Amino acid sequence: MSLATLLRRAPEAGAVDPLDADFALRVQGLTKRFGDATVLDALDLQVRRGEVVSVVGASGCGKTTLLALIAGLDRPTSGTVDTPSGRPALMFQDATLLPWLTARRNVELALRLRGLGRAERTVEASRLLAAVHLAEHADARVHELSGGMRQRVSLARALAQGSDVLLMDEPFAALDAITRDTLHDELLRAREQTGATVLFVTHNVREAVRLGDRVVLLSSRPGRVVREWVVPIAHPRRIESPEVGALSVEITEHLREEIRRHG
Amino acid sequence: MAESTHLATTRPADSATLALREPDDTAALEAGLDALDAPPPADAPSAVRRVLRAAGPPLVAAVTLTVLWQAVVALGWQPPSVLPGPGAVWSSFLDGLRSGAVGHAVSSSLGRGLVGFGASLVAGTLVGLLLAQVRLVRDGLGPLLSGMQSLPSVAWVPAAILWFGAGDGAAYAVVVLSAVPSIANGLLAGVDQVPRGFDRLATVLGASRLEAVRFVTLPAALPGYLAGLRQGWAFSWRALMAAELIAPSVQRGQGLGVLLDAGRRAADMPLVLAAILLILLVGIAVEVLLFRPLERRVLRQRGLEV
Repeated sequence: MSLATLLRRAPEAGAVDPLDADFALRVQGLTKRFGDATVLDALDLQVRRGEVVSVVGASGCGKTTLLALIAGLDRPTSGTVDTPSGRPALMFQDATLLPWLTARRNVELALRLRGLGRAERTVEASRLLAAVHLAEHADARVHELSGGMRQRVSLARALAQGSDVLLMDEPFAALDAITRDTLHDELLRAREQTGATVLFVTHNVREAVRLGDRVVLLSSRPGRVVREWVVPIAHPRRIESPEVGALSVEITEHLREEIRRHG
Repeated sequence: MAESTHLATTRPADSATLALREPDDTAALEAGLDALDAPPPADAPSAVRRVLRAAGPPLVAAVTLTVLWQAVVALGWQPPSVLPGPGAVWSSFLDGLRSGAVGHAVSSSLGRGLVGFGASLVAGTLVGLLLAQVRLVRDGLGPLLSGMQSLPSVAWVPAAILWFGAGDGAAYAVVVLSAVPSIANGLLAGVDQVPRGFDRLATVLGASRLEAVRFVTLPAALPGYLAGLRQGWAFSWRALMAAELIAPSVQRGQGLGVLLDAGRRAADMPLVLAAILLILLVGIAVEVLLFRPLERRVLRQRGLEV
């Protein structure tokens, strides 16, 4: 009852409003099969410019496959992915920093592959590392950084790609709670400053609610959008707050329902 | 019901604390976490201590073996012409040093070895790259290349002499044929060990195929490649000694293999043993002075070895 007043439910699962042309990412009828297994089945998803959408689902719901298809790492069996602003940036589950480079050089590599000149790269990398509070550690090698620091370098590198769309594949899953919390702040701050659109995949429902303007629940095998919630909680949010907790309980209930169907 | 009351009472206070938390607090919190979480810097031992630790045990072993050798000789088990003592070998070495024969042999062999190895480096790297990049070539030539690593380099000597005559050409041919498989295989092994995530990263960052190879694949494959180079050098050096022994070349002077053969022809056992020890020492010296520091640097940089 308290939830009913708290939540405005999206009208229809996976609905794509044809009039809403101001999208940063649009996925239509996306299907992926590996042999006989259908991982994604005619998935529709549209993300508005500047929106943060969290995608949750049980194991095997094709979250990672979805991101790989959007990022162009894999080809769909059928369906389309449309990102009008070009290639999206992707932040990996493990930071995937190159261990022979310093933090700064890791960020600069993204800038270099974007075609920036040497002088520009130096300035831009300094700015991005300062933005994630790593200016002092710019010349540290990857093995000299903690897990949280690595993911901040990874975030700086993703931002260095200069893309309007940022895809995130459970990037904070391996971090401790406090570190994860600061990275949530960091991500939302970066989003505010850059106006980037974020598609955040996670199995952590609270994290999904903490970050998302919208939370999308995927079914498992095959993955498709079963339900979505608009998160009406104002920022700044806290992961421990009762509002975040209440919505998380409701979403988790549906997630459990999805998992039980496979029992 | 109880939950909604709870919500109502806690919300305002909660928002108030939240407002205070952003954004400077994040920076301070992160600075604290960074200080607490960052792996402690590895304490690097001093250079003197490091050298002592690395060189100490082998030196002790060498001295022990020499003492044992001297003890066996002192027992008179074999005549000195068959088993000379360390002293005789040492004085034979000093004689060679004084006459310049040792210096000449070492420098000409080492020069030949390094030139041959340099050529192998270029050829092996190109072959390795080709195999790493073209699936079909790899499927066809990969097994052959692995098999060639177990082919004794001496086997190439007769063919090389027939192709190039008993000179430097033959020596280089044998060196290159022996070292290229190791180097190419090392590069291949290095490329195979590149985490899949790195390839995906290169794609996500929008790297072209060439950029991906240059900025990601090759640097990532460097440790495997260096191991291949190291083995390639060992094979080069061995192959060169075989070639010099059988086909003494003259253009670059007479090498250690020739010195060894001279000892055999003169039935000069101290000279033969001195030459064997020299061949061993030069091989070890190149490994210790060139390859090990290189490998160490690369591994340290990646936090793989302290």
